[in-house]
Amino acid sequence: MAKISYRDAINQALREEMERDDSVVLFGEDVAHYEGSFKVTRGLLEKFGERRVFDTPISEAAIVGMATGAALGKLRPVPELMTVNFAYVAMDQILNHLAVMRYMFGGQCTLPVTIRMPGGGGHQLGSQHSHSAEVHFVHTAGLIVVYPATPADAKALLKASIRDDNPVIFLEHEGLYNFQDEVPDGIEPAPLGQAAVLREGTDLTIVAYGAMTHVALEAAEQLAQDGVQAEVVDLRTLRPWDKETVTDSVAKTHRAVVVEESPPVCGIAAEVATNIYEIVFDALDAPIERVSGADVPLPYAKDLEQACIPHAPDVVAAARKVLA
Amino acid sequence: MRKDELMRVYTQMRLARGFETRVAEQYQKGRIGGFCHLYSGEEAVAVGAMWHLRPDDYVVGSYRDHAYYILRGGDPRKCMAELFGHAEGCCKGKGGSMHLFDPEVNFMGGYAIVGGMCPIAVGLGYAIQYSSEDRAVLCFFGDGATNQGVYHEALNMASLYKLPVVWVCENNHYAIGTSVQRASAQESMARKAKAAYDLPTYVVDGMDFFKMQSVAERAIAHARAGKGPSFIEARCYRYRGHSMSDPATYRSKEEVDFWKTRDPIPRIKAAIKHDFDVPDEEFAAVDKQVREQLDEAVRFAEAGAELPPDRLYEDLYADPA
Repeated sequence: MAKISYRDAINQALREEMERDDSVVLFGEDVAHYEGSFKVTRGLLEKFGERRVFDTPISEAAIVGMATGAALGKLRPVPELMTVNFAYVAMDQILNHLAVMRYMFGGQCTLPVTIRMPGGGGHQLGSQHSHSAEVHFVHTAGLIVVYPATPADAKALLKASIRDDNPVIFLEHEGLYNFQDEVPDGIEPAPLGQAAVLREGTDLTIVAYGAMTHVALEAAEQLAQDGVQAEVVDLRTLRPWDKETVTDSVAKTHRAVVVEESPPVCGIAAEVATNIYEIVFDALDAPIERVSGADVPLPYAKDLEQACIPHAPDVVAAARKVLA
Repeated sequence: MRKDELMRVYTQMRLARGFETRVAEQYQKGRIGGFCHLYSGEEAVAVGAMWHLRPDDYVVGSYRDHAYYILRGGDPRKCMAELFGHAEGCCKGKGGSMHLFDPEVNFMGGYAIVGGMCPIAVGLGYAIQYSSEDRAVLCFFGDGATNQGVYHEALNMASLYKLPVVWVCENNHYAIGTSVQRASAQESMARKAKAAYDLPTYVVDGMDFFKMQSVAERAIAHARAGKGPSFIEARCYRYRGHSMSDPATYRSKEEVDFWKTRDPIPRIKAAIKHDFDVPDEEFAAVDKQVREQLDEAVRFAEAGAELPPDRLYEDLYADPA
């Protein structure tokens, strides 16, 4: 089993799905000749040619709309938005066209569009390039939202997303592109909507996703040094999210911390915590703690920015609170 | 054109106009809710633009979409039922007036965000080009759409990739209540498109079926030949307000009366009479047949019912994800 990066895992998934299905096409800003601003699409133009891999103007709304139309025309487009921050320009096409059309038209169309977009903070890119925008998509019926944390999941979940007949928002964390881990040869698509228990434990459950999964694992490691066994659940898909795995875990551990990179107001952690309260309230021995991104636009200054993003000590502190 | 073809043009225009008249009646009776935009007056644009289409071509349009759907071959009964919000409607009552859709006749949707359908037309055009087919996409929108950002993105991309899209701009001179002069720095929609997107453009009297079909024929042939998009600015007029709730007080009676003298239906009738000496009885027979068809559409809609609430969550996702 080879260790490969998150970036290469995504590249492999794209390559393999394009080989498998001629209706899979890639387009976006600088994805072809420049090979992607994060080099995720490296070598794909060379392999598949301009017909299937092509550059677009800087027109995010039309990139998404074009993908929607191409899907109506029986293709399986995988557009890239250079970063999730630019999706805001395309929100009308994502939230008010792509997401609603199947339902609004009485189920008469399928829209197998997978929009890839890198996001997340931590690179001193300032307020306009550092959003964790997942909540906007998660809030929208008609979309599926996937956020892999590991190279193996990035590959398996992207393959599943491309094969799925629904619109998928596929979020990639910019801070994970160089993260290397083992990816089994010939890995199959992983089912969407299923969480993964990455570390088993008995004392509390830490729920996380995306880059926060690694923060949760790091916190669990620190807690283990003090004899606390934390179970870490990676949501992997944010819509629909796997209530069963989360609540089963909390029913076992009786305590929960939910970690999100995005801000807390009406956020993922609020949603997860509410469901835990609704479904396994009697199993809880302590109130749930949320660890969220700061409720401000991300600042440029290095330390200020880092103060906005949850880190392992924040999760450990939250864990201590629920264990107290 | 042959007499039977021209009688079909007359029939289609009568059907489109008659449908809207029925819709207005039903709206006033409270059987149709929400926003409802009527096409009355613009019939020559849609009938002419679609005249040379094949069944396998795609049509997308704005929210003023009853006529597009019916003229494309959609069932007027299913259209009326949709407006009633009934399960028998073309979108099971989930779409309503502004969101008709029927893949069986390749009507790929009415869209209620101004300009929002333009990149969708680009994507359909790309899918056609990808498959090396000689199909075309007709995209209908109004003068108001030409001030939207995504409209410009879409026109640019269609020209850049030479996609088989025919842009049909219905310049009815008003974006809701704001006249073109008050909203667009360039009053000619064709010039606005030509200057930036380097494509064949036509300015045509949209109240005249013959002129409309003639330019549409050229634009569609251009698309089929793989030469890329064209732009048709159809200067036309809607006889009613923007929607059923708009009394259109921003227009003078003189202006409306002027455009009524150019009504495309009497014009086509006069042209047919001139060329083929068709007696009035023959037109009356068409009118009667259309009336009956529309009576049946209303009866069909009346007989239907909304989906029960327990089916609210159907059709959201293609497969359980």
